[in-house]
Amino acid sequence: MTLGLINANPVVQAKKEGLVRREDQYRDDGVDPLEIYDYVRDIRDPEHPYTLEQLRVVSEESVTVDDKLDRILITFTPTIQHCSMANIIGLCLRAKLKECLQLHYKVDIRVSPGSHADEVSVNKQLNDKERVVAALENPNLRQLVDECIYSDEI
Amino acid sequence: MKVMDKNLGLEEVQKLEGHTDRVWNVAWNPAADGVIASCSADKTVRIWEQSSLTRSWTCKLGHRLGSFDGNTCVWENFATDSESVSVLRGHESEVKSVSWNASGSLLATCGRDKSVWIWEIQPEEDDEFDTIAVLTGHSEDVKMVLWHPTMDVLFSCSYDNTIKIWCSEDEDGDYNCVQTLSELNNGHSSTVWSISFNAAGDKMVTCSDDLAVKIWKTDISRMQSGEGYVPWTHVCTLSGFHDRTIYSVHWSRDGVIASGAGDDTIQLFVDSDSDSVDGPSYKLLVKKEKAHEMDVNSVQWAPDKESRLLASASDDKMVKIWKLASEP
Repeated sequence: MTLGLINANPVVQAKKEGLVRREDQYRDDGVDPLEIYDYVRDIRDPEHPYTLEQLRVVSEESVTVDDKLDRILITFTPTIQHCSMANIIGLCLRAKLKECLQLHYKVDIRVSPGSHADEVSVNKQLNDKERVVAALENPNLRQLVDECIYSDEI
Repeated sequence: MKVMDKNLGLEEVQKLEGHTDRVWNVAWNPAADGVIASCSADKTVRIWEQSSLTRSWTCKLGHRLGSFDGNTCVWENFATDSESVSVLRGHESEVKSVSWNASGSLLATCGRDKSVWIWEIQPEEDDEFDTIAVLTGHSEDVKMVLWHPTMDVLFSCSYDNTIKIWCSEDEDGDYNCVQTLSELNNGHSSTVWSISFNAAGDKMVTCSDDLAVKIWKTDISRMQSGEGYVPWTHVCTLSGFHDRTIYSVHWSRDGVIASGAGDDTIQLFVDSDSDSVDGPSYKLLVKKEKAHEMDVNSVQWAPDKESRLLASASDDKMVKIWKLASEP
């Protein structure tokens, strides 16, 4: 049995410092895209010792906020087309945001269009709340997700 | 008061607080007036009763249950707290929905393991339950099962976007899938979450992640006359009303369809009474914005004909009771 990673040679980039907030556009008591990006950028990739930002899985363009309806859309780009970790990454995004955001925000998570071979099925799973709850109640999946979202505390 | 009277609105009667996590489902006791059960991700079932004096609801009982553990529990004598419990084991993962048939002799269950189970109660064996069918046909999670209100025909809906209809046509008593309603016959294009029948049992309403509510019909008299299975056909599609997944629909005894969705609204629809060339159609009667602070997971009309009470359950941990009444 080989111990090779699914994508053994990911492209890694440096963390961007000093992103400027566009204060005027979003209401004071709401969230803006940069705030949400801050929550997710440092989530560790499930396979590699790098963050989602470093692997360009998420970027500041990943987050769209509908300020009036309190709805958030996050798109993420798996490192390769047949990435079997896409669902795990999506679950990590969900679990992290559930902790950081007020509960009434509606969050949709999708792979960026054209970036994954099973785009439709991955998107469907990540946005079915019963499936998400069932996945996060699975102790093995929960442990993997926790390792990714709390990696900076380890 | 006719359903078509103007100025009808959904008035909040009471908010039932107590659950500590999202409430998935709510059901009215068909035999006891003003009794509601709710189940929650907080791993409890709560029973709420309406006081005959004050007319307000209080929580009478709360029971802890294993959640998502694949077991179905049947409870008896709940009110006196001396319950005897049957545990039905069989599903491989969480059981999502249960339904009794009209006579109470058969119980259907369904779950994430893609199967539908039918259990028969054995009165001679101390009310033990025997598995009489394990139906595999759906290719994904089965979200809900529901028996037809008058005939032993079972309906199931699924993450695979279809509605399947099961009945036992031969002498062996074996259940088979006699029809599948899919995108090919005007069905839904994403997960179907819920099914409900009208009082006569000749119409059915379904709702989906595809943001539509669909109405279906069959020729019930032909089927009841023993002609064998009569297929269901699509009548009309209501779209553009909800803009997030519709989790629940319920048809009241006096013909009002309620829907609850991820857009936090509860909406009511009725037969528009004006048949066009294309057949009967339905129209929006009431749209209740911000019925809850979060997704509405379940809507259920009270089983009687007069009260016009509707119960709803939400991710915001609340159960709410509403009344359909003329607005002042």
